Amino acid sequence: MQLPRLPFTPEQASTVSGEVDALYTYLVAITLFFSVLVTALIFYFAVKYRRRDENELPQPIAGSVKLETMWTVIPFLISMTIFVWGASLYFSLYRMPKDAIEIYVVGKQWMWKFQHTEGQREINELHVPVGAKVKLTMTTEDVIHSFAVPAFRIRTDVVPGRYTYAWFEATKTGRYHLFCTEFCGTNHSGMTGWVEVMEPTAYQAWLAGGGSDSPAAQGEKLFQSLGCATCHRADTQGRGPVLTGVFGKMQRIQGVGDVTADESYIRESITNPAAKVVEGFQPIMSSYQGQVSEEQLLQLIAYIRSLGAPAQEGTTMTNAGAGQQEPSTTTGINPDAQRSNPLGPTSPNQIQGNTSTPGGLSPQGRRSGQTGGGTSQTGAGSNQPRGGGNSNNR
Amino acid sequence: MSSHDSSNPLPTEPSGLGAIGSRARFGHENYINANYGIMSWLLTKDHKRIGLLYLASITVFFILGGIYALTIRLELLTPAGDVVQPMTYNKLFTQHGIIMIFFFLIPSIPAVLGNFLVPLMIGAKDLAFPKLNLLSWYLYLAGALFTIWALLNGGIDTGWTFYTPYSTTFSNSYVVAAGLGIFINGFSSILTGLNFIVTIHTMRAPGMTWFRLPLFIWSHYATSLIMVLGTPVIAITILLVALERIVHIGIFDPRLGGDPVLFQHFFWFYSHPAVYIMILPSMGVVSELISTHSRKNIFGYSFVAFSSLAIAVFGFLVWGHHLFTSSQSVYAGMIFSFVSFAVAIPSAVKVFNWTATLYKGSITYDTPMLYALGFIGLFTLGGLTGLFLAALGLDVHLTDSYFIVAHFHYIMVGGALMGYLGGLHNWWPKITGRMYPEGWGRFGALVIFVGFNLTFFPQFLLGYLGMPRRYHAYAEEFQVLNVMSTAGASILGVGLLIPGIYFIWSMRYGKFAPANPWAATGLEWRTMSPPPTENFVRTPIVTWEAYEYRPMEEMEVIGPDKRDTAQPAHGEASTT
Repeated sequence: MQLPRLPFTPEQASTVSGEVDALYTYLVAITLFFSVLVTALIFYFAVKYRRRDENELPQPIAGSVKLETMWTVIPFLISMTIFVWGASLYFSLYRMPKDAIEIYVVGKQWMWKFQHTEGQREINELHVPVGAKVKLTMTTEDVIHSFAVPAFRIRTDVVPGRYTYAWFEATKTGRYHLFCTEFCGTNHSGMTGWVEVMEPTAYQAWLAGGGSDSPAAQGEKLFQSLGCATCHRADTQGRGPVLTGVFGKMQRIQGVGDVTADESYIRESITNPAAKVVEGFQPIMSSYQGQVSEEQLLQLIAYIRSLGAPAQEGTTMTNAGAGQQEPSTTTGINPDAQRSNPLGPTSPNQIQGNTSTPGGLSPQGRRSGQTGGGTSQTGAGSNQPRGGGNSNNR
Repeated sequence: MSSHDSSNPLPTEPSGLGAIGSRARFGHENYINANYGIMSWLLTKDHKRIGLLYLASITVFFILGGIYALTIRLELLTPAGDVVQPMTYNKLFTQHGIIMIFFFLIPSIPAVLGNFLVPLMIGAKDLAFPKLNLLSWYLYLAGALFTIWALLNGGIDTGWTFYTPYSTTFSNSYVVAAGLGIFINGFSSILTGLNFIVTIHTMRAPGMTWFRLPLFIWSHYATSLIMVLGTPVIAITILLVALERIVHIGIFDPRLGGDPVLFQHFFWFYSHPAVYIMILPSMGVVSELISTHSRKNIFGYSFVAFSSLAIAVFGFLVWGHHLFTSSQSVYAGMIFSFVSFAVAIPSAVKVFNWTATLYKGSITYDTPMLYALGFIGLFTLGGLTGLFLAALGLDVHLTDSYFIVAHFHYIMVGGALMGYLGGLHNWWPKITGRMYPEGWGRFGALVIFVGFNLTFFPQFLLGYLGMPRRYHAYAEEFQVLNVMSTAGASILGVGLLIPGIYFIWSMRYGKFAPANPWAATGLEWRTMSPPPTENFVRTPIVTWEAYEYRPMEEMEVIGPDKRDTAQPAHGEASTT
């Protein structure tokens, strides 16, 4: 439905903006109608039936069931139209598209950190192409935040300990406000940023402009360095379940029943392994709570997801080429693009705790881990989720 | 029948001795002049005096909360955060919310007007449990002192919503102390509610059947149900937050296996019904004012009465509409959205019935009526904008923006506060035995109305444009509307000073009020102004329906020693 755009509405820059505005316009019309009706009646009665004589005694009127029924049923029917419209819009806002570009989002006091599937990282800036669906998988290292882009009419709370999702398809290039809209502490109002919507070609150029390993590749290194592979072997001889092809499939859980192995499940299995143990296995895994940061968790998930997932997932391929360019400083993405061969079996000594290199504050911090050194286990192990933020900058 | 002067005060008495309510002044013994001395107030079991104790204490908190509000608006005059530090700003809006909600709005009408009027309206001598009533005021005071202590020691910065895990793990402010204050204050609420329920059930005068009760009583009954059933939930929730902070029990902390969103469910399970604790009494007041000042019985009395109960019941089933974007299941969201639309219907029914009551009435423009009519308009707008927020897909864009700030201020200030002020004016003659100055009253009501709309209407627009709430600094394109809002807030602040000043003035210099200045029908108008300690010289026997307006000669006033008639005080009272 195309309605004229009301004044005082933000720019319509996503596929749902117009739909949300249409519902808004409908509600503004209803509000105008009823407030004008009530106000006009009050004024009319107040003037027409003003007290003219001190001893006036109006005739009592008991009421009217007919009128009561009318003004119960009509508002109810109107409200049901709003309900249905609002609910269907809500479904389209929260039903995640399958064919979307996926971006990981980690909120922390007081910044937004993004990682693209290709490996690019940015802080408080999010580059996306116009005309493509983008899905955000979000979590936070500390308190609840809320990811809101008014021009896209989207908002989703970002909750510690779980993943929440948002999606949009930008329809117009430009820069749009990104706000944190759940109060998150002292600099809450500073936790803002921009979504930069670019032409697809410009976006491709930007993607090629730099970045580090893909999240899946980084996840694979973590998987080795944390020793996950000791038990979760590729053959069936390990003490833990084989992870190939597990993602998105139903798993039979002891005492629970079938559970889909989605992001939240895998996250829980790493941070609280005893919570849902797959049938046929012992609850022997120790918790990695506090040893892996939220960004590393996302990378591990990306890796597990890439195991046996359809080829279009492509996360392990994208960044295979070496020798990428330094990124422009304005985009705030990770300058470390030198690493190659993310697929190859890598010895733990070569991977650092900061393979995670979450888009930290300082470029030095981000770069430091990639230069070698054999501290992978301790580096990862020292990561406490509280307070620090990114794993290697602590 | 003839000597209707004897129940009235003697306006010719020279005023020299000052203190209100001296026996010579009022010509009869009443609850104010029955005895003197500070202890006669601090240890009183008289519901009317306790009502005044509440009036004094919540006024102090209202002023404090108002100062916070004005400081917030001053900060928001410019986009940059340049008046106070970010942390200070966060404390300002948190404390503004906590004080206004827990220490002003929730007790406002029930504890002041309700305390004063519930026994009078049903023809009882007092509330069922006078000592509990006094205890409730002391609990309020204890809770308030705890909170003040927290404020003086550095304050609290979590927002009045105390969302976890910020409040449990990350905030370095006085969460536990302020929480304990709210916890203790909750018991004051519970005791008041309990007292009202028992009183309304057991202490109605002979002939005062349920359907002869003023609608003020129905709405207070519904409010009391929420107070008794809902308040324990917030008390336990706050206790859990305190335990989580002190001993890390892991209810809300995800790292200990807890769920931070669980807190939001607990919190809104009380705090959404709490909105109805604030607005239902106000609706009761407005029913009285509309009827009294148009001399009409309320159109569809039983529909208005039962809509209060419907709101109280449905109000417990809508908490999840605060969590549409909080990762709650979409299906849960649908149910909460549906019930939220359902709860809007009884409110709409009330608005239509009030409007219909005016039809063929005898309408005056006295101050209480101006507040009541203003209430209808503002509540209509506040309620309709609630539909925006109940609509799932639209709420995603609007929640946590200034739209929601505007919406709930239309309900809480435009609704609850207007009702409170209107009620205070309407019953001021009964409470103090003095009239307020009518001309100033109307002027003040107008200024408040204009200031209020200028403050909060621009915030609807700001919200749809995307300005998030609780922002210390904001993007520059939002400035014009923020300047309007701040200008409105200063007008509103001045407007609120006007009644504050003339109410105090009137306690000494106001005209003496007759027993029934508005020619109203309620039992409270059939005793003297101010009422004697035992409310009625003899127990009234009710033989008439609610809002049954009759010629003044037939309206019996139960006087000190003889039957008497009130006099329609219009000529006398409404001059300025």
